[in-house]
Amino acid sequence: MTAERPPILDIRGLRKSFHHLEVLRGIDLAVLPQELVFIIGPSGSGKSTLLRCCNRLEEPTSGSIRVDGVDIMAASTDINAMRRRIGMVFQSFNLYPHMTALGNVALALVKVLRKPRVEAEQSALTALDRVGLAEKARAYPAELSGGQQQRVAIARALALEPKLMLFDEPTSALDPELVGSVLNVMRELRRAGMTMLVVSHEMRFARDAADRVIFMDHGAVVEEGSPEQIFAQPRESRTRAFLAELTR
Amino acid sequence: MDRGFGFLDAFFKWELIERYFPTIMQGMAVTIEIAAAVVLTGISLGLLLAVARSFRVLPASALIVLFADIFRALPPLVLVLLVYFGLPNVGINLPSFAVLWLVLSLVLAAFCEEIFWAGILSVPKGQWEAARSTGLGFLGTLIYVVLPQALRLTVPPITNRTIAITKNTALGTVIGVGEILNQATTAQSFSGNATPLMMGAIAYVMLFIPVVALGRFLETRFSWRRA
Amino acid sequence: MEAIGQQFFNLAIMERALPLLLMGLRQTIVICLIVIPLGLAGGLAFALLSRTSLSPVRWAAVVAIDFFRAVPPLVLLIFVYSGLPFAGLRPSPFAAVGIAFLLNTSSYYGEIYRAGIESIGLGQWDAARSTGLTLSQTLAYVVLPQAMRNVLPDLVSNTVEVVKLTSIASVVALPELLYSADMARSVTFNSSPLVLAAAIYLIMLWPIVRLVSRLERRIAT
Repeated sequence: MTAERPPILDIRGLRKSFHHLEVLRGIDLAVLPQELVFIIGPSGSGKSTLLRCCNRLEEPTSGSIRVDGVDIMAASTDINAMRRRIGMVFQSFNLYPHMTALGNVALALVKVLRKPRVEAEQSALTALDRVGLAEKARAYPAELSGGQQQRVAIARALALEPKLMLFDEPTSALDPELVGSVLNVMRELRRAGMTMLVVSHEMRFARDAADRVIFMDHGAVVEEGSPEQIFAQPRESRTRAFLAELTR
Repeated sequence: MDRGFGFLDAFFKWELIERYFPTIMQGMAVTIEIAAAVVLTGISLGLLLAVARSFRVLPASALIVLFADIFRALPPLVLVLLVYFGLPNVGINLPSFAVLWLVLSLVLAAFCEEIFWAGILSVPKGQWEAARSTGLGFLGTLIYVVLPQALRLTVPPITNRTIAITKNTALGTVIGVGEILNQATTAQSFSGNATPLMMGAIAYVMLFIPVVALGRFLETRFSWRRA
Repeated sequence: MEAIGQQFFNLAIMERALPLLLMGLRQTIVICLIVIPLGLAGGLAFALLSRTSLSPVRWAAVVAIDFFRAVPPLVLLIFVYSGLPFAGLRPSPFAAVGIAFLLNTSSYYGEIYRAGIESIGLGQWDAARSTGLTLSQTLAYVVLPQAMRNVLPDLVSNTVEVVKLTSIASVVALPELLYSADMARSVTFNSSPLVLAAAIYLIMLWPIVRLVSRLERRIAT
């Protein structure tokens, strides 16, 4: 495996316990620049927790996580500055209901990047345009469909120009006919060269767009490989069982 | 060292604690009795009025709203003084504790009526329609379908308001009801020492902290989530 | 019937008592103008302190909120006014009222704020923090605006309570509205001044009480 390009995300020996429950049992994972890595696995396997450790929304119990070369666990690391480089998209969108779409996207630009309001709104508008929602800039979340809300959420993360984007089941809360619009945006991001780590059940999307697929179960990586390897010829029986369940 | 002892002596003199313990206990009994009576009559009357309002008979509803507005807008102490000093002059002589109970019950009833009414309104129309379409009468629908749902929502505000009103039993001291504060201030002026006052404050705290804790527990159990 | 009119609605007595009552009203308003803003600020401080990660501070704030909500305001007032002199402090009626009311209203407002902040879903915190906003920025721009909007009826309703609370100051002879009215009553042996005071309270508070009902109903449905 050529290591000319250092990984954007480098996880070694990550462990996470909630009280006595061990949710992550020593995860090693590296995501290279512009890779789209897909994580699949049954619920309770720790996929979400893994994602949330990457920007320290959950505090890892032990192990190391380096983002763009910086150890995010180090005491000297400014976690807020770190979070600007990592974009996160949530299953439940979590848009701010009291602000317009433009306001949602621009807030961090103004408060975190300290851009002047006019410049921030311009950047926000650009981000909204990238997800195809420029004309909805003045709408409130309550006036948008689920798919539109999620796309605004993606724009919100995108506007900070992150090096890495984390997607935690981005389409699981959407009605089936709205899923496509969000996946298209994600495909577009991939084409533009974004590094992405995605937890999702959308297998067809994984087959088309993922560079690598990782199967997790009970807090550990069971198997990883290219989509063809994992979907067509999984080595482990647990992987086979999981895939069989899904395609029933 | 000396000042410290003086403080203890002024607020926690043991012999006074011993001497006035029974009186403070008496006060507690009176406070609890009146509070319990107020809670019973206040909440029942409030519920009755809300149910009456749901019949949507205009003159009755208007009167209920008038009552609720006035008794929520006026300070309880004003009402206590009005009733206590005014009624004897028109021939009605009520003992102090009755005056206190009457006023506080009416005030609690006014607040409870509004809370229950909001609860009833918040039950979706569909519930009424479904129940009526199965042949259930108005009162039956109210009692078996609407109120159970409405009441669940009202637990936190009802508890909060009840706690607030029962604390107003302290106002009884102004008209001579023998509740905690009255006993405490009387003992304080007799003894020239603040220990009875301290005992009174502690008695109230012991009485109400569990109640407040219960209120918070009920509130999280039946959380009224907004928007 | 005649007796009721004489006892409660004696216009001549009301007219004579009015100037005194209006002075009392002014005192009532002064108390409100001081206690309400300070209480709102103090309440916010209490609420924020009750969420800090420093255990002793958080514990102290929660205990304070519960304690001052458990003690009846009249008891607190009497304690400050009659009890503190035994500890060497001799507050004036106005100061005693100020201290007691401030402690009481801060804890009530504090509880309202606290419940409001708690009702904002964790997802909002997650989203804001994940874009790099600090804890205080998240609080200021994302959580508090939503929390305030949610608890506005409670805040207004509690403010009405504070205005009503001023009537208790009459017990320590602070010449606010009720004290003035009661003074007029004892001098004339007639309850009409009290009715007049009640009318003044109604004029001040009835519109707000209606407003609160409407706000509460809009949120409940």
